[in-house]
Amino acid sequence: MTWEVVIGLEVHAELTTRTKMFCGCPTTFGASPNTQTCPICLGMPGTLPVINRRAIEFGVRTALAFNCRINTACRFARKHYYYPDMPKNFQISQYEEPLAEDGWLEIDVQGGTKRIGIQRLHMEEDVGKLIHDGTLETAPSSRVDFNRAGVPLMETVSKPELRSPEEAAAYLRAFRSVLMYLGVCDGNMEEGSMRCDANISLRRPGATELGTKVEIKNLNSFRNAQRALEFEVKRQAQALEAGEKIVQETRLFDADKGYTRSMRSKEYAHDYRYFPEPDLVPLKLEGAFVDGIRAALPELARAQQQRFVAQYGLPAYDAGILTQSRALAGYYEAAVSALAPGGSTASPASAKAVANWIMSELLRVVPGDDERAIAESPVPPAHLAGLIALIDDGTISGKIAKDVFEKMVRSREDARTIVQREGLTQVADTGAIAAIVDQVIAANPKAIADFKAGKTAAAKSLVGQVMKATQGKANPAIVNTLIEEKLAKV
Amino acid sequence: MTDPTRLTAHELTDAFRSGAATPSAVTEAYLGRIAKLDGKVRAYLTVTDGRARAAAAASDARYRAGKPLGPLDGVPISYKDVLSTRGVKTTCGSRILESWVPPFDATVVTRLAAAGVVPLGKSNMDEFAMGSSTEHSAFQLTANPWDLARVPGGSSGGPAAAVAGDLAAISLGTDTGGSIRQPGAFCGIVGMKPTYGRVSRYGLVAFASSLDQIGPFAKDVRDAALVLRAIAGVDPADATSVDVPVPDYAASLGEGMRGLRVGVLEYDTAGMDPDVQRAVTAAIDVLKGLGATTQAVTLPTADHGLAAYYIIAPAEASSNLARYDGVKYGLRALGKDLIDMESRTRAAGFGAEVKRRIMLGTYALSSGYYDAYYGKAQKVRTLIRRDFDAAFEHVDVIVGPTTPGVAFKHGEKEDPLAMYLNDVFTVPANLSGNPGISVPCGFSTSGLPIGLHLVGRAFDEATILRVAYAYEQATTWRTRRPELA
Amino acid sequence: MIERKDVEHVARLARLALSAAEIEKMREQLNGILAYIEKLNALATDDVEPTSHAVPMVNVMRDDAPGPCLPRDEALANAPDRAGEFFRVPRIIED
Ligand SMILES: [Mg+2]
Ligand SMILES: [Zn+2]
Repeated sequence: MTWEVVIGLEVHAELTTRTKMFCGCPTTFGASPNTQTCPICLGMPGTLPVINRRAIEFGVRTALAFNCRINTACRFARKHYYYPDMPKNFQISQYEEPLAEDGWLEIDVQGGTKRIGIQRLHMEEDVGKLIHDGTLETAPSSRVDFNRAGVPLMETVSKPELRSPEEAAAYLRAFRSVLMYLGVCDGNMEEGSMRCDANISLRRPGATELGTKVEIKNLNSFRNAQRALEFEVKRQAQALEAGEKIVQETRLFDADKGYTRSMRSKEYAHDYRYFPEPDLVPLKLEGAFVDGIRAALPELARAQQQRFVAQYGLPAYDAGILTQSRALAGYYEAAVSALAPGGSTASPASAKAVANWIMSELLRVVPGDDERAIAESPVPPAHLAGLIALIDDGTISGKIAKDVFEKMVRSREDARTIVQREGLTQVADTGAIAAIVDQVIAANPKAIADFKAGKTAAAKSLVGQVMKATQGKANPAIVNTLIEEKLAKV
Repeated sequence: MTDPTRLTAHELTDAFRSGAATPSAVTEAYLGRIAKLDGKVRAYLTVTDGRARAAAAASDARYRAGKPLGPLDGVPISYKDVLSTRGVKTTCGSRILESWVPPFDATVVTRLAAAGVVPLGKSNMDEFAMGSSTEHSAFQLTANPWDLARVPGGSSGGPAAAVAGDLAAISLGTDTGGSIRQPGAFCGIVGMKPTYGRVSRYGLVAFASSLDQIGPFAKDVRDAALVLRAIAGVDPADATSVDVPVPDYAASLGEGMRGLRVGVLEYDTAGMDPDVQRAVTAAIDVLKGLGATTQAVTLPTADHGLAAYYIIAPAEASSNLARYDGVKYGLRALGKDLIDMESRTRAAGFGAEVKRRIMLGTYALSSGYYDAYYGKAQKVRTLIRRDFDAAFEHVDVIVGPTTPGVAFKHGEKEDPLAMYLNDVFTVPANLSGNPGISVPCGFSTSGLPIGLHLVGRAFDEATILRVAYAYEQATTWRTRRPELA
Repeated sequence: MIERKDVEHVARLARLALSAAEIEKMREQLNGILAYIEKLNALATDDVEPTSHAVPMVNVMRDDAPGPCLPRDEALANAPDRAGEFFRVPRIIED
């Protein structure tokens, strides 16, 4: 039996504002416990929230990038439930009038792209952190750190339009890319900057009604999201095929054991008792405020990828890798433009060469989605361009260049400095190379015989021997020509 | 000179400037009187004598240097215990905050400190400002200085009784449904609720956020004007405070009644104390005599104000009071697990009235009831605002009784609903946001004070102060004082 | 009419441990108050916008500028129970 998988994702992203959503406390991750709090984010009696304008700007920026409608009537509401990591025992969130609604995000799927609808995007405040003395079930007590309480959170809910765990993972990748390109979230899932819950149900292909959905919490990496959903697809399919009913419930993914398990079934359904936050007045997001944010939107990864293909003649695959982060794409373009000095356009060959070097060498030492690592790369774009220029003008061979690159990584020096100091300049003196070619031919009568017998591969081995004799410094083009000439004469 | 605790704030600062008195001497007189007589009134929960003496000494020095901070420098004040005071217990009249010491000052406290006032202490109140008699304080019953067997009104009964009993020159209360104006009326002093948004609520422990306002109690209208000027104005820490200019209220007090149109509120007289009706009618005649034109005003939806209020206020309260869970501050009761601890803490920490309102508010917001209760009440609120807007197209001020009756005896109103009816005239202005003031307008046959209620246009406190002043100056009620000693 | 089980449900939502007698008294009083509140139903409000703020204002925001934090000991000064740098709460059982 086949089943259609229906997945919707809810992503909470912490925004990279300097201060919290409703107070002036910093948002720095990893500070000593309970040192980044104030009366407001501790929910002390008598305190009042005030909206962080930049958080709203970030929300609008993201909503525009997700092609959403910005709601001109936007307001905060209180969402009530008791939990000790939430100082007021209500969360200031948005309910009936979220910041934005009804957008979409394009994701890569097999054989093309697909638009996934975005239902709503709203702003809220994060909660603190609970540290259990043992596991939650066994801990005799828990400790609370309120540093994170009040950090701006942006919640984005997709429509249930994802049709497989792979699509869900692709959605998360595309989502993260947009947020990071926009500079509104650092995308760091280990630190909890992006957290994901999924709703998943199965139904018969062609069915119009949705099946009973299960919510999975705690999906803290792309891989775990995909694994959890794959597990859940199997579990639900098995249950349905055995004639069982799916229970609407919340399940937790255990990443170590690779399965989802039911959270304690709720005796009483949550009753959040939303009502408009009386301490905050509504937002009317329109006109110059939104226009200004729209005008300042950066080029996003997908557009940049398409441009790289058109402008630099890159394969789509290369362009995709180079646009995995705004920093890497910037690195690429800086290196290419350094190779084409004076505002001229880089040749397709050098544009491709830069792409190759980044993909095969740079990304081995620098993670391509780590903005800071790229900014602090031991080989900056100008140095990489310098290295490629040395190959292009024949100063060094491609083989030597790889060694030079390793040295550049270690010493942070530019290529020319290393090549000159270590005498790696390639031998382009035809006379000197010819002498070595003669020696090699003389020492390899067997290869000559093979060549005469029609085994053209023998010529390759001779080239190899000449390169070896020159420690790779001989210009390979000259070596090839000379060998061809000599062999033609024997 | 006469007993300085009998003087108004402006009379005190006149004396400070002329050298006839010093802030320290007056502060000592107040501290002495509190020590001697507050056992009877029980207005104070905490007396901050050390802070008072230090502030008074600093004020002395400013007067000596000829550089007082303004018209309230050196004036002894009492704060309702719902206003945060850094380093001083702020209990809200509740067991749950019995030992709560805030690490910050309310904006009004900061502003008044900058104006040079002398903080005498924190005064009693109905728990979390829920009540009309101050009988719901977890700590003590406050007596009405006019009759110690009676309530001072509430929820700001402590600060009202302090001023009426000459235990403070001025005080600050809060008004969510009448909690300044009603005790002002019961205690025979001036009590004012400014326009919602006029005074920052930062540091006011929330009861019902969309209704709460801080305002002054004073021995006369001029003092109320001076205090309002000192505390009013936009505050970046309160997003609901409004950025409109704060006029010099005291300067325009003397402009008189000429040209003002007074709207006389028509109200249902069922259940009204006839003494109150008589006093209010007489007061309106006084205003006419001063040159006001009058016309009858009806607020057709105002009758429903109380019902709307008893949804909105408990709903917001149930939310605001959710934070008292024994985790971060305040009382903690022992429990076998977290939920048990929280539930026992709240059961032990809150009094009956607070529990009742939390229950009512939680119910009104709960799934399936929002539209029928909270949503409905918010719409009724719109209708009440429209009533006021329509009335203020024809009149500049609306006049009526502050309360249906005079101060009642302790324990007299057992039924919560009977207690709630006290607020019938004051609640509409909280729902609409309009400013209101209660000014003494006579006494009942049993010698208890009666208040005249004036409501004005939003942010037009100047007009109601001006009318109240004209009335006050044309009458002698303020010369009658309770005798405590 | 509010019934006993409604009172119990609401008490649980509000985290209030009420005795049986309190629940019964609460039920009576809440019914009394709600009966009074019923009078609102006499008002037609279908086309009326709700008022949640007495003063209509929009877009009150602050700059993303850091302010002072509380020193940890001040943050924890009023805590009924603490464990070193943390607030401490008893065993958590999900409801
Ligand atoms: Mg959320
Ligand atoms: Zn804070």
